[in-house]
Amino acid sequence: MENKKLKILAFVTTALVLLSMYMVFFSLPVMRSGAGEVLDSSFKIFYFHMPIAITAYFAFFIVFAASVMQLKSHDVKWDIYARSAAEIGVIFALLVLITGSIWAMATWGWYWIWEPRLTTSLALFLVYVTYLLLRQAIEDPESRARLASVFGIVGFVSVPLSFFSIRLWRSAHPLMFGEAMYGSTGGGLEGSNLQFTLVVNFLAFLALFLTLFIYKSNMEILKEEIHVLRVSRR
Amino acid sequence: MGSIISVKGLNKKFAGHVALHDINLNIEQGEFVIILGPNGAGKTTFLKILETLIRPSSGSVEIGGMELNRSALQIRKMIGAISHESYLYSDLTVEENLRFFGKMYGLSDDELIVRIQLLLEQMHLEYRYLDRVSTLSRGMKQRLSIARSLIHDPEIILMDEPYTGLDLQSACNLERLLLESSKKATVLMVTHDIDRAFCICDRIIILCDGTISSDIRQKDISSAEELKNIYTTIFDGGA
Amino acid sequence: MIRSLYIAAKDLRTELRTKQVLNSMLVFSIVVMVIFSLSLSDVLSDSSVIDRLAPGLLWIAFIFAGMLGITRTFASETENSCLEGLRLCPVDSAAIYTGKAISSMCLMFIVEIVTVPVFMVLFNYNIPNIPVISIVILLGTAGFSVVGTLLSALTVKTRTREILLPVLLLPLLVPVLIPAVMATGKILAGEGIVQIIMELRLIAVYDIIFFTLARMLFDYTLEG
Repeated sequence: MENKKLKILAFVTTALVLLSMYMVFFSLPVMRSGAGEVLDSSFKIFYFHMPIAITAYFAFFIVFAASVMQLKSHDVKWDIYARSAAEIGVIFALLVLITGSIWAMATWGWYWIWEPRLTTSLALFLVYVTYLLLRQAIEDPESRARLASVFGIVGFVSVPLSFFSIRLWRSAHPLMFGEAMYGSTGGGLEGSNLQFTLVVNFLAFLALFLTLFIYKSNMEILKEEIHVLRVSRR
Repeated sequence: MGSIISVKGLNKKFAGHVALHDINLNIEQGEFVIILGPNGAGKTTFLKILETLIRPSSGSVEIGGMELNRSALQIRKMIGAISHESYLYSDLTVEENLRFFGKMYGLSDDELIVRIQLLLEQMHLEYRYLDRVSTLSRGMKQRLSIARSLIHDPEIILMDEPYTGLDLQSACNLERLLLESSKKATVLMVTHDIDRAFCICDRIIILCDGTISSDIRQKDISSAEELKNIYTTIFDGGA
Repeated sequence: MIRSLYIAAKDLRTELRTKQVLNSMLVFSIVVMVIFSLSLSDVLSDSSVIDRLAPGLLWIAFIFAGMLGITRTFASETENSCLEGLRLCPVDSAAIYTGKAISSMCLMFIVEIVTVPVFMVLFNYNIPNIPVISIVILLGTAGFSVVGTLLSALTVKTRTREILLPVLLLPLLVPVLIPAVMATGKILAGEGIVQIIMELRLIAVYDIIFFTLARMLFDYTLEG
């Protein structure tokens, strides 16, 4: 039964991802800027970029929440959720950086600029990469769960602070790209077709995350069971 | 008068491995209890749970009528713990170590002077009290470590193999000290030295694979030899 | 609170007696300054370049020297299982944390007090507003110690703690490093305390949030 549900979820995810791909590449109208000129199609990456970013934030929120629960209840299952969400979240965060850089190269001509949102994403990515590093360095499963939870909480709290400090930093320097840049790209989504595409993409990536998350945590639960069996046989 | 230590259905698991299984135990005030058992039987784990260093997986532990998890700080005040680790700072002097830990137990300066004086005398360390711990011999460190754990005059003394590193004379001193204090304090001692422990204890608990396999009154046994026989039959039977 | 002071005093007394960590921190930060000065010797005469480099250089030296100290905060307690001995005492683990944070902060201050004059000599540079820059350094160092102490306890039982701790610590320090470096830069450029109020506020918020959080979470790092 459980298995069947999971298969349906996997199937739905596949369908959603395919649909979102189709919509982005074939059904979107040509973008025009306010002046009427045709915009670069590189903008289409935004339909992946933003849903992935939000999904990554969601994943890290799960790490945070599961860490809090782990410290409260000392139940292995929360640790499994935390590590599953963290691993997938890191991959999503990496994709955010990659898609963002590709778009930045096409639009601004640089892969990287020290701009608040980019830098915050980088800080976020680094925090959770180090989270996984920490997990790797501790052998005893019980203390690993406990210590990783502490770091999961501290790391999550540091992210909004990073954002504020970086925004302060950039505003102190002349802005290379004014707010208008965001306005013409991020904010200028009009037309129901565009919004619908974005929603479908968002759902697709959320479903993708959920599927991966459930598969991953099921696998981790099995691993845990194997470990228990191995220990008790000794 | 209720039990000073009362353990109900205590379990402890380490990563799927069971260290303690369903321990039920009541220890009366003033009892001198020794805990025997082979390596890995869960003796140290059990003491560490009582010392509030390790959280039990399930079950309840009450010390002095207080729940272990809820009033850990009050319970720690009642307990003096001696382990094979000395818990001493090598770069501080004998006196500084005692003073620091005394302060941690909330003793006032006046109380400290009296306690430090007394304990150093009892442990024959008074002539070394200005020396750094790193310069002491192993036996002296062990004696200082014992003094450290008695600095706040605890009601319960938990000992994990206290004889390690003690010479004959110090071991006798320790025993005398324990006997003196055990008139009022409750003592739990993990040891392998059956001969030595038999003479001074009231009660013997044998732990095996995380469970209590026997719980004997000292007066029901005639000699240390008999206790050794009981001990070996348990483990030969088990193996 | 009084017990955290005892713990801090005990740590500082041990450290001042053996000077194991302090000496390495001091020598390290001076060597860093010398290397910077050497590698930048071409531009040393151009004070406008130094103006822009100085904040970064100073904080790099502080942070790296601090890393040396902070890995040792709890490593020193593992000898003879002293940390376990401390946990046997009726002391709130938050008090242990506070004591440790205070002692590592003090060590860093000592290093900073020596490093800044060395910097001024080697770079032939005059720091204009010493009191205000001290506030920035004070708050920034507090932020470093507050997070560093927690992570030091977190990594003390791992085998690779000397490598792991800096890696874990730096991403978390982003929110305190950026405003600290910015504020230092502004003061070196001759601005007063009014211009750096935003930065100071941000660092202070960081210090307070992480101090509270670490006090709450510290107990979990000690168990087991």
